[in-house]
Order: sequence, then C-alpha cells, then structure tokens
Amino acid sequence: MRTAHDASTYVAAQRDAAADLPAAGRRWLDQCRSAALAQLELTGLPDQSNEDWKYTPIRPITREAFAPAQAGSDCPRQFVVASTIPNLDSYRLVFVDGFWSPALSHLDDLPAGVTLAGLGQMLDNDPARIEPWLGSALGSEPHGFIAMNSSFVGDGAVVEINAGVVLDKPVELLFVSGCGGSGRLSLPRNLVVAHSGSQATVIERHVSLLENRSLSNSVSEVIVESDARLTHHAVQQESPRSFHVGGLFVRVGRRAEFRSTTVTLDGALVRRDALINLDDEQAQARLDGLYLAFGRSHVDNHTHVVHHAPNGVSREHYKGVLGDRARAVFHGRIVVQPGAQQTDSQQRNQNLLLSRDAEVDSKPQLEIYADNVKCTHGATVGQLDEGAIFYLRSRGLDQVQARRALTRAFAADVLERMVPTALRSYLEQQVNDRMQAVSEIER
Amino acid sequence: MLSIKGLHAKVDDRPILRGLDLEVGPGEVHAIMGPNGSGKSTLANVIAGRDGYEVTGGSVRFLGRSLLSLTPEERAREGVFLAFQYPVEIPGVSNVAMLKEAVNALRKHRGEPGLDAMDFLKLARERLKLVEMKEEFLYRSVNEGFSGGEKKRNEIFQLAMLEPRLAILDETDSGLDIDALKVVAGGVNAMRGSARSIVLVTHYQRLLEHIVPDWVHVLADGRIVRSGDKELAVELEQQGYGWVNSGADQAVGVG
Repeated sequence: MRTAHDASTYVAAQRDAAADLPAAGRRWLDQCRSAALAQLELTGLPDQSNEDWKYTPIRPITREAFAPAQAGSDCPRQFVVASTIPNLDSYRLVFVDGFWSPALSHLDDLPAGVTLAGLGQMLDNDPARIEPWLGSALGSEPHGFIAMNSSFVGDGAVVEINAGVVLDKPVELLFVSGCGGSGRLSLPRNLVVAHSGSQATVIERHVSLLENRSLSNSVSEVIVESDARLTHHAVQQESPRSFHVGGLFVRVGRRAEFRSTTVTLDGALVRRDALINLDDEQAQARLDGLYLAFGRSHVDNHTHVVHHAPNGVSREHYKGVLGDRARAVFHGRIVVQPGAQQTDSQQRNQNLLLSRDAEVDSKPQLEIYADNVKCTHGATVGQLDEGAIFYLRSRGLDQVQARRALTRAFAADVLERMVPTALRSYLEQQVNDRMQAVSEIER
Repeated sequence: MLSIKGLHAKVDDRPILRGLDLEVGPGEVHAIMGPNGSGKSTLANVIAGRDGYEVTGGSVRFLGRSLLSLTPEERAREGVFLAFQYPVEIPGVSNVAMLKEAVNALRKHRGEPGLDAMDFLKLARERLKLVEMKEEFLYRSVNEGFSGGEKKRNEIFQLAMLEPRLAILDETDSGLDIDALKVVAGGVNAMRGSARSIVLVTHYQRLLEHIVPDWVHVLADGRIVRSGDKELAVELEQQGYGWVNSGADQAVGVG
C-alpha cells in the first residue's frame, strides 16, 4: 500500500514556506501560525474515528501530496470573463490559486466606507487592522484542515463595510484553482466585517481553470456587528476531480441578521463546515444549502449553530440531490445555551436519491440548555414520486424529461430565496445544465 | 379509433377486467358506468399505461395499432389523454412549464415545429377561457393547493391544450358541485369534434345530463354487461346498480 500523505506532509511544507508568508516575523501573526501548526501536528488530519468525520474518509486526499500553490501563477483573463455571472453587476476580487490578483479584479467606483483588498497586502501594510479579526470568528480550530489553513494564513479577501454603509452592489470573490498545474493546494483566508448597521452581500465562488486535480482549503470568517445585515453566498463549482475543504465561521451581533446559501455543484470530495454564533440578543441567521452529487462525488456539510443570547432566530434548510454512486453527509447541530431563552430555531434537511447506489447520512442534533425555546428539526431521504412521474409521462414527457422536471423542482426552492436574482438565475441554469449532463436521471 | 377485445387485466394479482370488449368510433362519446369495483378506473389506467396494471389477455388497438406495447408518453404522443380521477400535485413544476414541454413533445412527435413562448401563451390563454380559469393558474405549480374543482378544471384545460384524439375522463365529475360540473362539462363539450373520441368513466348519471353521450355501457365484474343509448343512463339512475350483478351472471352464459 502506498504511503498516505498525512499531516506531516503539510507540517513540513509549512516549515519550508513560513519565512516567506506575508508579514512573517510579526510576532502575533507568527504565533497564530505556529499555534495552528502545533495543532495540526498534534491532531493530524481527521480520520473516521472522529465522530465528525465518520462518514467522510479523506483517503482520496491523502493519496497525493498537494504542494502549496505559489503566488504569481497565470490565469487567462478570458477564463475570468467566461466565468462571470451574466447580468451581475458586482465589485469583484479575483484570486488565483488563493492569491489576490489585482489585475483581474474589478473595484471601480467603490463607494466610501468600504474596504476591499487582499489579505496579504493588508498584512504587509496595515497588520494592526487585521490583528483583532483574524481567528476571532473561527475560535478554536475544529479540525486538522482548518488548522492547516490557519498555519499558512497569508492571502485571501478582506471585506470591511463601515458602520451604517449600505453597499449598492454585491461583492464577488472569485477563487480560481488549478492555475499553477496539477496537485496544487490553495489556502485562502477571507475576513468579512460588517460594522454596525451596515448592509452588504458577499458572493464567494470557487471554480477551477482546468480539469486539474487540486485541493482548495478555504476559510471565511465573518463578523456581523449589531443591526447589520450580511448575506453570504458560497458557490462551489470546481472540477469533478477537485477536492474542497472549507469553512464559514460567523459571529452575529445584537439584532443583526446573517443569511447564507451554500451551493455545491461539483467536486470529488467536498467538506464544508459552518459555525454560526448568535452572540447577542435578537440575532438572526438563515442558512440554506443545496448540494448536487453525481458519479462518485462525496459532499459533506457540517453546520453548527449556537444560540448564546435570548430571542435569537435561526432557520436552516439544506437540500441534496444525489445520483450514481454519490454520497452525501449532512450534520446539523444546534446548541441553545442556558441564557438563550425564547430561541426560535428550525432545521430541515431533505435529500433526493436518484439512484439505488447513492447514499446519504443525515444527522440532526439538538442540544438545548434553556427551558423556554422553540426548536424543530427534520430530515428526509426520498425518491422521486412515481405518481408524479406517471402524470407527466401521461402528458407526453418522456422518463428523462419527467425525472428532470421533478428533480429541478426539488432543488428550486432553495434557490428561489436567493438575491441577487442574477445569481439565482445563473445557479438555476447551472443546476439545469448539471441535470442535462447526468446521463442517469435513471431509475 | 379505439378497439378493445377480450381484455383481461390484473392489479396486485387480482383479476379486475375479465374479457372486456369496447369499440369507440371517431367523434363518438361513450360513457362507461358501473358500481364501485367494477373495473372502470382500471380500464382507464390500462389504456393510459400506468404501472402496476398487468394485462393478461386480449388487445387494445388505437387507430389500428396496439397500444399495450407503448410507454405512457408514446400513448400520449399518439393522441391518448387521461383526465385523472385524482390529479397529482407537483410542487415546483408550473402548469405552464409542464404544458409547454408536453405540447412541444407532442408536436415534435407529429413532425411539427415547437411553439415559441408567444404562440404557446396565446393558445394557453384561449384554452383557459374554456374552463373559466384565470391566467395565474398557468404559473402555479401543477395542482398544488388547488381545490377539488380547480384540479378537475385543470385536467380539462390540459385536454384542451394537448388536443388528443382520444380522451378518457376518469370520474371527472366526482367531488364537483353543480357549478363546477357545468364548467367542466362546457370545456369538454367545446372539445367535442368529429376527429376526437371521448370516453367518460363515471359512477353517476348527472355528468351525462351535461355531456350527452352517444353510447352508454354498463361495466360489472370486469365486463361490459349492457350497452345502449343515453336512455340507459337514466334507467340506471332510477334502478341503481342492484340488477347488474344478476345480469352479469346471465352475461357469462351469453358471452
């Protein structure tokens, strides 16, 4: 059996790279990185003995030693143009293998009170601004991959919306992987800070340049201060041969509202962690998710919502469509802390299995330590309704048309709630194309 | 148009149709009446090709071709339409999306070009009027949250859009109040024509006051036990189906 490339591969790579990371030598940052490195070394990469990774073997990833990508790889402008969402007017930051590319970005007419920049540049030029934020939404490293990201932390996006500013257009963060060739590891870290009373939408998209095998390890930290409203959409559409691990770590303040949609369209192995801390009273969060998995894809979503304070509201709705021999995992944990009275929390996970060989493991988990709360959760796994299929066929649609229409309908309601509409239309089209390509919308 | 000979069919291994014969000519309206459990809905579903209905003998020919080897969509494309007794709710699929795909599948089958959005909407608006439905119904999910009457009107609207050569209406009158029944019947009557045959499957005679059939057949124990004109329906209404079972026994000897 071949050697597995475990944590030690990446610990060694980090030690080689550490001196060249942005702002290396700055004490607080060096400490952040080395603490994360120590954690990676200690806990290793997660394996299936870890309850949170029970259904997600990472063997496909550890078969290969992914090399941390270097800055300066080329990504053709035409590719970026071709990857844009039709009719979406946005401020755009483009990242090539995790490194900010000012040349490919589009920041014209950025209004006052908004900062969009590369994290590397900020660490070099204004590290004191980053210091209080970095790691603050993340808290402790939940597992080895996130620790890996922290140990290499260097570039990514910084989005800061000043108090009271309402951003007129969405911010689009486009991450292009696979530019430096096959076997590359990209490690972006994004920081989004919405100060009091501000409003903004951030769209995070992950695409691949080629059918290269790559590993993206992307972590976003989001701070939503009191009375702010932030919408975050994460769209994962890398190549079917790519691996993606990532996380979204959010703190939501008093009367603040955080909305997110996590859409996974493709990938060999995708694992996304979301940790939403509703820190203060009347904080609200809405988490929606849609994952499509075909072939031998494996998609794992772990969400963790913590109600810390009274009168918080959380709504969570994840839907999955699986075909072929694909596998999906949904683990939704909701924790209501002792002080969080009057919490109103709902969670739903619904899965549609299009083939006999597809499999889903859905695990809702409620932990309630307050006595006056309203919490519900539910998970379903089902097939297409044969009665509905016959109805459509009796009108003249063939099997494939009928199954496709019903599958699209299943996926539709997650997308329906998405704003901006240009993104919604784009994703509806992507989902349709994905269905067309799937040979076996079969029985 | 439709020629059924000696049809036997089973559901869940239980024989339901036991040697049914029926001839429906072009432009004719036939009513199939009979008590519950006589096999009326089984007949409708066998013609439409629903799974789980096993044909064990006999033949069903449509325009000279055997229907039984065709898939449900092939039957639909050849011009067979079933108005469901219990129309299925399909959340997330709009009426307009389903019908546009269906209409164009049928047109493609006939070698005609597909309708574009404008022409399709024009046709849809016109046909909605036949069943007094508002345009908003086009954009609602198929049958989702529709009342019983709206569901049945939607079936007739689909019939009007798909313009079948043979329409089978399975208990279309069940659950309708008199006003809804008149609307539904009006839609069906508007679609009557010399090239279109209609088979009404019904338990009650009242539908036949509004859609007057050319022929009435009584189905009992999986066979047609009596045929006649519209007066037979009136007779059934007066006498009930009680006489049918004894009649069925006689028919064994005859058949």
